Amino acid sequence: MSDKRPFDAVVAEHGATVLRVCRVVLGPVDADDAWSETFLAALKAYPALPADANVEAWLVTIAHRKAIDITRARARRAVPVADPPDAAKAVDAQSRDLDLADAVARLPHKQKRAVVYHYLAGLPYAEVAALMGGTAEAARRAAADGVHALRENYPGLSI
Amino acid sequence: MNVPDSLTGELARAYPVDDADLARLHRQLTAAAADAGVLDVAYRTVDSLVGPLLLAATDAGLVRIAFAVEDHDKVLQGLADRVSPRVLAAPERLDVVARELEEYFSGRRHEFDLALDWRLSAGFRREILGHIRDIGYGHTATYASLAREAGNPKAVRAVGGACATNPLPVVVPCHRVLRTDGTLGGYVGGLDAKRALLGLEAAA
Repeated sequence: MSDKRPFDAVVAEHGATVLRVCRVVLGPVDADDAWSETFLAALKAYPALPADANVEAWLVTIAHRKAIDITRARARRAVPVADPPDAAKAVDAQSRDLDLADAVARLPHKQKRAVVYHYLAGLPYAEVAALMGGTAEAARRAAADGVHALRENYPGLSI
Repeated sequence: MNVPDSLTGELARAYPVDDADLARLHRQLTAAAADAGVLDVAYRTVDSLVGPLLLAATDAGLVRIAFAVEDHDKVLQGLADRVSPRVLAAPERLDVVARELEEYFSGRRHEFDLALDWRLSAGFRREILGHIRDIGYGHTATYASLAREAGNPKAVRAVGGACATNPLPVVVPCHRVLRTDGTLGGYVGGLDAKRALLGLEAAA
């Protein structure tokens, strides 16, 4: 099939990965909004997407921008009270791999995104670099440093 | 540093996503898409006397009904190619269609009162389907009589072609079209489906 797949098939294939990326980057509370805004923007732009585009990289790129928008909006309306990490922990506590999610949450911003975009979303380093700025080599190094830190903070990691 | 793919799996498990979350987000997306005017093709499936039916609608109306033998995935791809790739499952947008079909299959409805989007049919075929729509519940016509009605008595095979490519079977009742000798001819949903629909209407 040379033409584009029905958008529903895109949601079915990539919906879970994009939600995970949003949860890592934003935490569970804002992740739903980011997911919704990402897929609505993607749906609007979908007819113009080149047929040979890497759809997952395209979606993660949109999610990345939406996450930045949401983070900025959150910063603008933020009242400096008790921290969102508590809310994050409450939801994460249901997960079997609490420690790994915690270890990821503790990574420096850049390493966290490099790990998430490369290992969770499967983006090549060139795409990760396009998202975060810098070179592919720098993205590779940030991801490697992130994995190193995860190994230190989360000995349960089986790699 | 060499990192095996298993990190991908471990990260995915560290952030579990359940189907209920995705279903809820999908519903929100569908509603937002409709509000924004970018839900170009809405679809759902329903169970029926003649097996699962795929129903698809545009803003203009019902655009496609498909039997399982047509392969629903293939039909959705066809809609993406021919109408718009902005295709989303949106059951509530097809509630009225689903209700009318249910009434029809239970024998309580003899005519459909639905807006139809004819864009998947054109020219002579479209004209033939217009005549087929006028064949009343429980009645039948023949491929030859429809060709005559269309002013082209020799176009019997073309009438068969119009039926075989009917994008809106059941609602545009090509199951009511038979051969001149009274045998069934063909049917887009298979001959068992044609028999079942004719039997349903004969029982009324």
